[in-house]
Amino acid sequence: MTEFFAMGGYAAFVWPAYGLAALVLIGLLAVSLKGLREAEATVRALEGVRTPRRRARAAHSHTTHSHTDSPHTAPSSAPGLPGKASEG
Amino acid sequence: MHRFANPARFLRLSALLLPWTAGATVILLIAGLYLSLFGSPPDYQQGDTVRIMYIHVPAAWMSLFVYTNMAIAAAAGLVWKHPLADLFAKAAAPIGAGFTLICLVTGSLWGAPMWGTWWVWDARLTSVLILFFLYLGYMALVNAFDDPQRGARAGDVLLLVGIVNVPIIKFSVDWWNTLHQPASVVRMGGPTIDSSMLIPLLVMAVGFTTYFITVVILRLRAELAQRKIQTLRFSVAGDGATG
Repeated sequence: MTEFFAMGGYAAFVWPAYGLAALVLIGLLAVSLKGLREAEATVRALEGVRTPRRRARAAHSHTTHSHTDSPHTAPSSAPGLPGKASEG
Repeated sequence: MHRFANPARFLRLSALLLPWTAGATVILLIAGLYLSLFGSPPDYQQGDTVRIMYIHVPAAWMSLFVYTNMAIAAAAGLVWKHPLADLFAKAAAPIGAGFTLICLVTGSLWGAPMWGTWWVWDARLTSVLILFFLYLGYMALVNAFDDPQRGARAGDVLLLVGIVNVPIIKFSVDWWNTLHQPASVVRMGGPTIDSSMLIPLLVMAVGFTTYFITVVILRLRAELAQRKIQTLRFSVAGDGATG
């Protein structure tokens, strides 16, 4: 076993090469996974903020629609259209 | 081609693909490490330093493979205004830079005992160093613009200009006198190395490729999520301003 780790006297060159490769590849994987998890958590948080408000406003505009033409609700609901905003 | 570049379709396809590429990467790299460290003989001239080859050569192949794919994506991004193509190049760049760094450092660690020097400014080594700087320059350029679209455009142009470096790297060992040895696997007339060394090399190379596919899918999904965050922030800000 010590013979294996000695690498025929070249241990100081062989093991750092394998170590660096492992470090870079595992590090990149970890950073990428962390970035993905954080981005997906932010998406969920933002959708959580948005959805109830939009539902509330939709209900509100339904009730007010009968007796006013409510010109001010039309532009406010425009940027929150769900189908257009979610997927490009 | 446009059908596969639809983001929703990509998310569905990549979710199906991911467990297979991740599993293949684990199996291939374990097998590759076993073969390179235990299952292959020391070289009759280079002794055990030849084991550095099983990292160095696949990493060098990947550095060119990833860059070429990014340049193809850049062309698709410029010609067809493809949103996924730009995101692919952006997602792949750090992985390509990582492989190039591995290639450079392991080459240095191999050169020190075998050539008697850590570094020489010859054609092969210098052109690979330029490739590393191209990766870093692309990453810096793409993130230097407030408007991601403009950053992607500038990055695409850099990638297409930099593609001239790829054949220079490949043929540098034939065109110039260099300390680096000429190709012994990807050459006319077939590989010149023994199968006991060729098999571990190819297993590691396939493992690096599936690793790249796995991590690039993860990074692409993160980039798509970032795009979604931008549109969501915009619409939340719009709700706040008007409501």
